[in-house]
Amino acid sequence: MAERYEQGTWVEIQATILEPGARAPQVPDDTRMVPLEMKAKGFLVAPAALGKQVEIETVTGRLLSGTLLTVNPAYDHGFGRPVTALATIGRELRMLLNSGEGV
Amino acid sequence: MMGYEAVMARRDDIVRQSVGIDYGRYATGRLAFDYERLLTDTGYDLDAVRAIQARTAVGSTPLVELGNLTRLARQLAPQGKGARIFVKDEAANPSGSFKDRRASVSVHEAKQRGFPGVVAATSGNYGAAVASQAARLGLPCIIVQEAFDSAGIAQPEIAEKTRACEAYGAEVIRLSVGPELFYEFLRVLEETDYFNASLYTPYSILGIETLGDELARQARELTGRFPDAVVTTHAGGGNVTGTARGLQKAGATKTAMIAASVDLSGLHMASDRDFNRKSFTTGHTGFSIPFTTWPDRVDVPRSAARPLRYIDRFVTVTQGEVFYMTQALAELEGLERGPAGNTSLAAAVAIAQELGEDQILVVQETEYTGAGKHPIAQLNLALEMGVTVRRGHPRDNVPGKAIVLPEHPSQIGVTDVDLDRIRRSYLKNAAAALPGDQPVSTTDLEFLAEETRTNTSYVTEVLDEHHKPGG
Repeated sequence: MAERYEQGTWVEIQATILEPGARAPQVPDDTRMVPLEMKAKGFLVAPAALGKQVEIETVTGRLLSGTLLTVNPAYDHGFGRPVTALATIGRELRMLLNSGEGV
Repeated sequence: MMGYEAVMARRDDIVRQSVGIDYGRYATGRLAFDYERLLTDTGYDLDAVRAIQARTAVGSTPLVELGNLTRLARQLAPQGKGARIFVKDEAANPSGSFKDRRASVSVHEAKQRGFPGVVAATSGNYGAAVASQAARLGLPCIIVQEAFDSAGIAQPEIAEKTRACEAYGAEVIRLSVGPELFYEFLRVLEETDYFNASLYTPYSILGIETLGDELARQARELTGRFPDAVVTTHAGGGNVTGTARGLQKAGATKTAMIAASVDLSGLHMASDRDFNRKSFTTGHTGFSIPFTTWPDRVDVPRSAARPLRYIDRFVTVTQGEVFYMTQALAELEGLERGPAGNTSLAAAVAIAQELGEDQILVVQETEYTGAGKHPIAQLNLALEMGVTVRRGHPRDNVPGKAIVLPEHPSQIGVTDVDLDRIRRSYLKNAAAALPGDQPVSTTDLEFLAEETRTNTSYVTEVLDEHHKPGG
């Protein structure tokens, strides 16, 4: 049985705002083929399991409905590995400045 | 009724209530409106804005001379050329960008008028700025972002803005790609009755005037003269408009306003596929060209950002040049900043080489950098999306396909956008918005001449080309 999370757990939900057929007339074809989706975070209003339709209370006190996507969602953006194309720029510029040469 | 068409049909009413301005009062013609009165009727002059900003630690940021980049520009320039380059370190604002200036007056106004909260549609620094100001004034805040593509991949810079907004206690609504963000934004406004802290109200623009005023005064204190030119990263037009107005108020009437954007030609701004292949979330031509040629395509009836009134020169730089200069700023000047201000920085290093050594060139902003915003994060996402990232000549940079960082700083240059073409494009849009069966009124002709910094005979000639008889 799927784990149920307690009322008041900090979660993220997902909901479809506009289905592919209901997109704005001006969107390009690739965007028209996919739904407009929303993700929002808040506190679970009632105990629930992942993947279930739930209601959350956001930090402003609004009630939003959607599918329970994640519990205690992470901030996982970062930097990643150093990028080769950036690696020697500083060194090259310092050499150029120190040489006093023009182009 | 909550369907797309039904909500959009209520757009005007929702917006009027949410900004507390009756824009209809300012109409003087079919297109013409009293722009200056729209701004002055707010009651906020430069001193009033300064006082509001002082209370929330916004503004009074340092103007920093970039001595090593100036030396570099002089080494690359012909004898006697190479202006002194300065940067206004706007990262020193509370939420890390000049957007605090725009947010401060908006949130102050919301509080004064007794709105129960504030909401803004923005994926950038402005969201964090509104959230930060709202936190200080004790107002709840909702930020609506375009944040991820249909595969669920978040643009890392926007992911960082999500985190920052949440850190300031705001609710963040994250959406997938598409202009219907405005629809969701209207639904939130309608449900909450919050204040619409639009980037394009008079409050937002008046908030930036202090930036132009400060940098003019600081340049004069440090160098004995007003800047010869200010380079401003250009997207929706607010930054250019507010800064130029502030310069004028400080008396720097001869300072040239140079708008700089990253060239993203070939990429579609509403495309789900292109969303994570842009590598820039703002300061690019995907915003600056449409907003300069028709400023009123915004979330309020009339935009207070009217860039064509203030731009003296409009240039573009490539993605690779901006990433290169971001690295150069960190390693030569010890300032890890951006991305936003570094578009104008890349342009400035090229433009400084056209100016004399005694001239002063100011890069008008920096912003804080960090996880998601750093070039490493953007270039790693580009690589994941199949974009080539390499060193080479900037002319080989192709947005969405190849990011080419210069092999040598002498390859950094600007491409001038033909302002006459932009003016004609604006007037073509004006022609389409005017009724076809009536002559254009003198009031509208004069307004269009002010908008394009031309004269009524130029306006008439261009309108005639689009079958709108003037006069």
